[in-house]
Amino acid sequence: MNTLTKYDLRTAIISTLAAGLILLGCGQKEGVGTDGGAKSAGKVTSIQNIGSDTMVNLAQAWAETYHQVDPSVSVEVSGGGSGIGVAALINGTCEIANSSRALEPEEIQKAKSKHGHDPKEFLVGWDALAIYVHTSNPIDEISIEELSDIYKEGGSIDKWSQLGSKLAGGEEIIRVSRQNNSGTYHYFREMVVGKKSDFKLGSRDMNGSKDVVELVSRTPNAIGYSGLGYKTDKVKVLKVSKKKGGPYVAPSIPTTWDKSYPIARPMFMYTPGQPSPHVQKYIDWILTDAGQAVVKDSGYVPLPKKQ
Amino acid sequence: MANAVRETPDTVASTRRTPRPRRGNLGILGERVIEVLIHLCGISAMIFVFAIFFFVFREGAPILRKLDLGRFFFTQTWYPTSLNTPRYGVGALIIGTFSVTVLAMLIAVPFGIGAAVFLSEFCGKKMKETLKITIELLAAIPSVVWGFIGLTVLNGVIQKVFNVQVGLNVLNAAILLALMSVPIMVSIGEDALKAVPDSYREAGIALGCTKWQLIWRLLLPAAKNGLLAAVLLGVGRAVGETMAVLMATGHSVNIPHSIFDSVRTLTATIAAELGETAEGSDHYRVLFLIGILLFTMTFLVNLLADFAVKGIRKK
Repeated sequence: MNTLTKYDLRTAIISTLAAGLILLGCGQKEGVGTDGGAKSAGKVTSIQNIGSDTMVNLAQAWAETYHQVDPSVSVEVSGGGSGIGVAALINGTCEIANSSRALEPEEIQKAKSKHGHDPKEFLVGWDALAIYVHTSNPIDEISIEELSDIYKEGGSIDKWSQLGSKLAGGEEIIRVSRQNNSGTYHYFREMVVGKKSDFKLGSRDMNGSKDVVELVSRTPNAIGYSGLGYKTDKVKVLKVSKKKGGPYVAPSIPTTWDKSYPIARPMFMYTPGQPSPHVQKYIDWILTDAGQAVVKDSGYVPLPKKQ
Repeated sequence: MANAVRETPDTVASTRRTPRPRRGNLGILGERVIEVLIHLCGISAMIFVFAIFFFVFREGAPILRKLDLGRFFFTQTWYPTSLNTPRYGVGALIIGTFSVTVLAMLIAVPFGIGAAVFLSEFCGKKMKETLKITIELLAAIPSVVWGFIGLTVLNGVIQKVFNVQVGLNVLNAAILLALMSVPIMVSIGEDALKAVPDSYREAGIALGCTKWQLIWRLLLPAAKNGLLAAVLLGVGRAVGETMAVLMATGHSVNIPHSIFDSVRTLTATIAAELGETAEGSDHYRVLFLIGILLFTMTFLVNLLADFAVKGIRKK
């Protein structure tokens, strides 16, 4: 065993040093954090905000910005998915539930029987799902039907020539998708692939919205779906239509507002019944221009401005 | 210990005249406590291993009653979150893990063993120290950094050099894993070669062996158990590696037909999916079952390596 221990000892020393450095780094960071936190110490009301994974970054951005607006309120955001948010709403374990879909009638019923009144719905923004391809790809538009045939298990399209697109690199369509418990994956399955269908196996399943765009930008034959906010100069966003030959619409803030872009979804916040004053104040702030600016900065589509 | 002293007659005689100074009770007690503590440290590794195995098994075992193991192992349909019919087939994931590991070893073994031979037989003292330090630095690079290199650098290189569409594939991950397991192989391989007695080398030289004959016919066969252990530990590292393969394989449920196909490994599947899985769900339990599978695989590999090392000691 001598041979082994010798090697282990060296690694141990190196890793101890590394761990030490990391701890040092953390320690400094923590110091800064406590300094900042000390100012707002005193009476801090906390709001529990649980739900949609698509919205979790946005919710976090709201919480951080709002903390500067009103340091006496701390919003605690956690993800997990719209379903988890709705469950928390029904069980009464959160003040605000995020959901990237509207509540089902039976969920409203359940919440009503638990709390005595209907949950209150707030539309807080929109999310447009963009279809990305490589900039060298001559294709400009695609229909939901074609997308479904590309991504669906048993779907018939697997070559670019079937879409009338000629590529230098080769024929095969490289499908870029998301890991199977992502909210975007579920939304794409529901809207494009079909609620009762499954994805074709063999897609490259990325772990984040950004990774999808990144891989598409490096792969001439790839196609991928991700939030519009993740768009870069190195990829092309396709126009999408519901039916083949139908009007093709580019995803943008106006086309999301007039609902002509077919794969955009509303983002909701729900409260169990009438929210308490500080929760109401938070949601009111989200609906102001300042709150909606955060939506735009995070890459989502803000609400249309009130006239 | 006091008993041991009294047993020899000579010391008995001497202690009668000048009584040997005895430690106080506190000292004796202190020693006992420290002895127990050190003993605990010694067996703690064992406790941890069993505890980890117990917890992983406890989380994964309930699904065994519901799951058809034949379909689990031999189908490639991995649809854990399907609304229609969730299907848990890890066939493609097992093949993915194996393909990446085997290719990584095909790359790493010549390099690792070659470097070990160079270090122990050819190299000067200064050169040796420099090389050893450099190789150990290689071992200290975190796997997420390797993954990042695979994603950004190697991806483009493979696309250009081999003219393929996606650079995130078996080859990419295998190159990274090879680089990660080479340091282990070199370290252990070099020790194994050093353990061959010099009389072997002297006998070889006396018989007029060339350097090549000496290494190929004499040293390598003599050190083969240690070298085997080195390779197996490299395999263990490659099978268990997660972050680098998650980023570099393309993460695609797919049975590879060439080294340029994307695959998905068992470890990467756990890493990508466990975080967002509802606790106690079937999907969650199946992921733990994959954990048990991995645990068993690496355990077997390490056990084999251990036997190989023991083989050397007996000689």
